Amino acid sequence: MSRDLRHLSPGVPADPALVPSRAGAGEVVLAGAPPRVPRRGRHRTMAQLAWARFRRHRMALAGLCLVAAFALGAAGARVISPYDPERSDLDHRLAAPSWRHPMGTDDLGRDLATRVLYGGRVSLTIGVMAMALAVTIGTAVGALAGYYGRWVDGVLMRLTDMVLSFPSLFVLILLTLVLRTTPVPFLRGGVLAIVLVIALLSWMTVARLVRASFLSLRETTFVEAARGLGAGNARIIVRHILPNSLSPIIVAATLRVASSIVTESGLSFLGFGVQPPVPTWGNMLQAAQDQMTTAPWTAVYPGLMIFLTVIAINYIGDGLRDALDPHHLR
Amino acid sequence: MTRYLARRLLEAVPLLILISVAVFFLINIIPGGPTAAYENNPHLTPQDLARIERELGLNQPIYVRYVRWLGAVAHGDWGYSLASRRPVLVEIGERLPNTIYLLGVAFAVTLALGIPIGMLSALRQYSLFDHTSTTLAFMGQSVPIFWFGLILIIVFHVSLRNPLTGLPLLPGGGMYTLGEPFSVWDRVSHLILPVSMLTLATAAQYVRYMRASMLEVVHQDYIRTARAKGAGGRRVVWRHAFKNAALPLVTVIALDLPTLFSGALFTETIFSWPGMGRLFYDSALRFDYALLMGIIMVNAALIILSNLAADVVYGCLDPRIRYV
Repeated sequence: MSRDLRHLSPGVPADPALVPSRAGAGEVVLAGAPPRVPRRGRHRTMAQLAWARFRRHRMALAGLCLVAAFALGAAGARVISPYDPERSDLDHRLAAPSWRHPMGTDDLGRDLATRVLYGGRVSLTIGVMAMALAVTIGTAVGALAGYYGRWVDGVLMRLTDMVLSFPSLFVLILLTLVLRTTPVPFLRGGVLAIVLVIALLSWMTVARLVRASFLSLRETTFVEAARGLGAGNARIIVRHILPNSLSPIIVAATLRVASSIVTESGLSFLGFGVQPPVPTWGNMLQAAQDQMTTAPWTAVYPGLMIFLTVIAINYIGDGLRDALDPHHLR
Repeated sequence: MTRYLARRLLEAVPLLILISVAVFFLINIIPGGPTAAYENNPHLTPQDLARIERELGLNQPIYVRYVRWLGAVAHGDWGYSLASRRPVLVEIGERLPNTIYLLGVAFAVTLALGIPIGMLSALRQYSLFDHTSTTLAFMGQSVPIFWFGLILIIVFHVSLRNPLTGLPLLPGGGMYTLGEPFSVWDRVSHLILPVSMLTLATAAQYVRYMRASMLEVVHQDYIRTARAKGAGGRRVVWRHAFKNAALPLVTVIALDLPTLFSGALFTETIFSWPGMGRLFYDSALRFDYALLMGIIMVNAALIILSNLAADVVYGCLDPRIRYV
């Protein structure tokens, strides 16, 4: 009973962002017939319908533009900025923001705006890669548990519960310590190590979502029909059930990017993440801690970038939920 | 009820053992460990090192070491901190109350802010207050708390000054001013910034849960019935709606404990608060592995216990749920 209780009670998904932000009275939007979207007299695909709904969510659209801008800025950092992120300029140490250095300089005279752009490269990459890995693990675990049930479900869900009971930040730090000394060279304290560590401790939400979706879908008639036509288990899982559980996965994946970015910057902030001189928003904040009295701007901008990215992605997730899940109470 | 509790507690034991196995093996993969301190000592020969390893039982296979660790833990011997040479349980016992003190105050403030704002927001749906609080809550949830802590220090410790004394407006670290007699204001002023840092994101989250849950409840039939029977506005809100709307929050709070602990780690590190998070941070920098193991196990046990407590409390509050 107790274990199931969480699924019965409203508004208790493990991920806080999964709660309807505009949960409201009664206004149910029926699947396939969204109101206020003009029909153009031709058949439109699910994706087109979803995009039409997504576009009406202004904050989500703004968030998408912001993230796109950040990604472009990070990718084109070399073209945009005249400075080298690593080269120090000892004549202009801890310079306040000015026209020459829009975000000021750090204790080695490096241009902070440039480092923020390059740092975005690392932080965004880690966010997306950790999300991809976590969603892959979570989907696999959830699909197997939900489809096969019985002891497979028992074992996998016990595992999920165990990882959920980990004090996650503490174990994350422990894992980075382990990977820092690993004999595998490409994992040693680098970006990939952080991606792996974050993914290993963040797949559980997706696993639970996918499991729930598989549990209900495996009983449907279309699955029965597929089986009757001779489809094997693998084919049913991948071709029939998975496409029908994509909506919640996509939303969870989007939000996972944001939380991975926060986790990465948190770890780097504490000094257990990506190591300097590679700039990330997190380790820039760590470096700024020593100069907060003399040069507070060093602590403001990298964190502001994290904040803006996270809020933009959260709004995108919000918009995607509205767009992909028309059954959702709005 | 007693049977249910006993069963759940029994179920928690294998879970804790599994966690301890995972963490024990992880920690023991890290090279260094107890002999690392001797490695650079020129007076020790490799033979001496081997002897020390033998004496400490480090030459045993890892599963033997795990079983011995488990046996010792069961007897209350959690090992010794490498840095301070003091028992792990003593170290943790000294720091845990400070963390509970900080988290307790932060938690009270969070509830005192989150619940009323969320409720009001739901009762005045689509009002200016609702829009403002919903937007702020959305933003508050997205603020990385370690950055928020730094900003708080910049604003209230570095920039703003006490107009009378010219000293920083609020202290930027510690639990109290060293060397000064106890005073309530001194304690409170040291709490303000760390508590604000811990409160922001969690309170924002509770506002959103409370609002969603309240909105769901106020449109139920029994609320209309209560109104139809002549119950006044305040009575309906508190006696009928609030009680039901607050139910899911119990589970949310319990599931949130890991987040609170990570929050404490950041807060205690930034504000040099002598709690368990800070202790963990310091031990991680020093590979103080007995202490790392102890802190993780204490945290895991607290998380599992709080989940159990949430289920029990939920059942007490909601008579529709029966224990099996």
